[in-house]
Amino acid sequence: MLRFFAHRIGEAVVLVVGVTLLTFAVMSALSGTVARQIVGQTASSEAVQQKASQLGLDDPFWVRYLDWIGGALHGDLGTSWFSGETVNSLLGGKVPITFSLVVGAILVSGLVSIVFGVTAAVRGGWVDRVLQIVAVAGFAFPSFVLGLLLALVLAVHWRLLPAFGYVPLGQSFVGWSASLLLPVGALAVQVVAATSQQVRGSMVDVLQSDFIRTLRSRGISPASLYLRHGLRSAAPPALTVLGLQTIGLIGGTVVVEKVFGLLGLGTAIVSAATQGDVPIVMGVVTIMVLIIVVINLLLDIAYAWLNPKVRAA
Amino acid sequence: MTIANDAGAATPGDPGPAAAPDAARPVAGGGVLRTPAVWVPAALLLGIVASAVFAPLLSSASPEFSDIGNTLAGASSGHPLGGDGVGRDVLSRLLHGGRQSMLGALVAVTVATAVGGPTGLFAGFFRGWFDAVAGWVSNLLMAIPGILVLLVVIVAFGNNIYTAMVVFGMLLAPNVFRLVRAAVTGVREELYIDAARVSGLRDLRILRRHVLPVVIAPVIIQAAQLFGIGIIVQAGLEFLGLGDTRSASWGSMLNDAFTNIYLAPRLLVWPSVAIVVTVVLASLMASGVRDAVQGRGRSRSVPRRRAAVESLRAVLPADDELLRVEGLEVAYGDREVVHGISFGLRRGEVLGIVGETGSGKSQTAFSILGLLPSTATLRAQGLTFDGTDLLACDERELNALRGRRIGYIPQEPMTNLDPAFTIGSQLAEPMRRHLGLDRTAARQRAAALLTRVGIRDPGRVLDSYPHELSGGMAQRVLIAGAVSCEPEMLIADEPTTALDVTVQAEVLDVMRSLQEERSMAVVIVTHDLGVVADICDRVLVMRDGHVVETGPVAEVFARPQAQFTQDLLKSTLVGAPLRRPVQTVREGASW
Repeated sequence: MLRFFAHRIGEAVVLVVGVTLLTFAVMSALSGTVARQIVGQTASSEAVQQKASQLGLDDPFWVRYLDWIGGALHGDLGTSWFSGETVNSLLGGKVPITFSLVVGAILVSGLVSIVFGVTAAVRGGWVDRVLQIVAVAGFAFPSFVLGLLLALVLAVHWRLLPAFGYVPLGQSFVGWSASLLLPVGALAVQVVAATSQQVRGSMVDVLQSDFIRTLRSRGISPASLYLRHGLRSAAPPALTVLGLQTIGLIGGTVVVEKVFGLLGLGTAIVSAATQGDVPIVMGVVTIMVLIIVVINLLLDIAYAWLNPKVRAA
Repeated sequence: MTIANDAGAATPGDPGPAAAPDAARPVAGGGVLRTPAVWVPAALLLGIVASAVFAPLLSSASPEFSDIGNTLAGASSGHPLGGDGVGRDVLSRLLHGGRQSMLGALVAVTVATAVGGPTGLFAGFFRGWFDAVAGWVSNLLMAIPGILVLLVVIVAFGNNIYTAMVVFGMLLAPNVFRLVRAAVTGVREELYIDAARVSGLRDLRILRRHVLPVVIAPVIIQAAQLFGIGIIVQAGLEFLGLGDTRSASWGSMLNDAFTNIYLAPRLLVWPSVAIVVTVVLASLMASGVRDAVQGRGRSRSVPRRRAAVESLRAVLPADDELLRVEGLEVAYGDREVVHGISFGLRRGEVLGIVGETGSGKSQTAFSILGLLPSTATLRAQGLTFDGTDLLACDERELNALRGRRIGYIPQEPMTNLDPAFTIGSQLAEPMRRHLGLDRTAARQRAAALLTRVGIRDPGRVLDSYPHELSGGMAQRVLIAGAVSCEPEMLIADEPTTALDVTVQAEVLDVMRSLQEERSMAVVIVTHDLGVVADICDRVLVMRDGHVVETGPVAEVFARPQAQFTQDLLKSTLVGAPLRRPVQTVREGASW
């Protein structure tokens, strides 16, 4: 158990370092022109030079990265090159938006995938075939295209739900849910397409196993047979797929936030990257990778809870 | 940072590493193309590609020329689909846009295949440190959120969408790597048995002659799916306003339509349709190819849940008969495995069903329990338990009997306990359901049962998981489970076959004493005549789904009528000291 999690945390550290290093390296290719952009096209080259050394752009790449990571370890993600505000205060208000989106999409798609997958595996026949077609169709709909169409029909045309903007949870629960309903739905579709197929596949396998037949021979209820015993053994591979889907979801939120006018981390990184505001880009990348890490650790805990062999190890 | 990468991500229609070796069967390329599920989507896709390639011929308007008068205009003779937000011709942008969208996706697929394919080939074939390093890098790449990297790349390298798609191809490469590696590993195992190496074929020739043919089909299938993903991701980036927004593409059309969503929502329709249709066609083509290559026979669709059951004619059982089986037939599709057998079982009687593997004896046992696989068809003139017509029972009525009045002991102890639950909870569940016991009472009773079947440390076993038990212990647990609600009849399917000889004797001993103590009727399915001699009153000899002989054990063993029974007796009893230990143990037992 401890070794299992030590291994996972080791992987998480490698991932965080790898992704931030990669981003830092790519962004530093921009550094030549950024100082000029910040001080303005009419500024003297001395002013540009001064700005560059003020931002530490004269230092070698490794020094700058280690500087950044040293700050990040203390919770200080630096200062925006353009506005001069700290990254922490700039992004602080945006984290809940993106976090609600990702976690909401994971929860919704996890639940829907279980319902779809178990129903398809247990009922079989035409129910199974219809659900498989739905999955293929869902796979082909990019979340932002679906989001656009949903926004168009439900929000713009019928005015059932708000099309744009975010209502904080503290302000109104109903408003918060309503503002998340469409974006979370749009994000969940692709995840459901992949995950429900995995639930169905492993459920079909589990239902053919010997212990299910023996449980049936004991006369236990179908609800317990399928949901307690069957699903518990079928869930671990589905959790793995759900974990992989989280990675894609992060990308999905960047686009979906734009569709629904949610000013979260995704919108922040698009504008910061376009400007060349390295500290903000690094901040968003770090937080997003941490969101992936946290969700996967939670899924790992669920995995260990479901699988006694992992718990014992 | 994934839970267990080996399990892999299953996207719908993912060819999957496990499926890959199946593609080994050579299928002529022409044969695949002749399947409608392949050529219909392929032809439509080709049509879309052609419309992009020949865009200048299909639309005379320039995709980049802004005509202020045409801004957000409706359809007109000059502009069949109207104009966009800055007055460009929508039809022309749609047609020309296909070029950039599909070319970008093609770039990504090409890079992914060119990088992932050879790496997977080498890693799977030569293994060693290269495999380890490549696997590690591949896992890391798969954990990277692609869009974030692409966002940064596209900004850093001159806002060029194709650069981004090259990088995206690298991020997709692990998918190809894993697929190819799995397929090659599969072939490699076979190749060692194969004489290829012995006969001196060089590695490169083995790769070309044996490995490539296996890998190509899955890679083509996957390429079609990655193509769809490439189109989606590229459109996403362009929708965000990245890349050159002036040049026509489906993504930049969405970007423009989004800006004008209130003024001209119809602008969203065309690029959306183009993207979705193209992606759907690509994945349909992929699953079409997969089905054609692997054969639809083993289709993964799930059949109905319960075996089909047909009652031919009710037969009334004799007075003290607990179970009556009359004219029982079991078939799988056209293949009948049990051909109309009949027998009865009195209260407290022990019946042995013997026969070789595949003689239909286990199928008979499962028929009584209503536990045949859903692919089976069951027909009978009568199947009654204590006056209840089992064929007329639905699942709920069967569940009231199973576990409560009919117990079942399976063959293989280790696979018949739910690995995710403790022994205690598995034993308690049926008792709580059937006998209405509360948690504590069920646990006490479970502990007593475990003691009864000879487990010395019931408290510890109750808290154990199945993987912590030995085979003999697990079988004792299963016997305890079968008798936990004091059933009148027990059905045991080769209860000792999977156990060590000494444990066999002990387990049989437990069963015999339980049977005597509770005067249960028992049907015991076995291929071991020693077991029959040891515990049964009557025996039923089966061969190829027929009953060849039946009668009291002593009589059948002394004067076997059928030739098959004689052979069976000869092969088991002649010069076989197999049952000695049983006798010894039984003499030592206390009755």
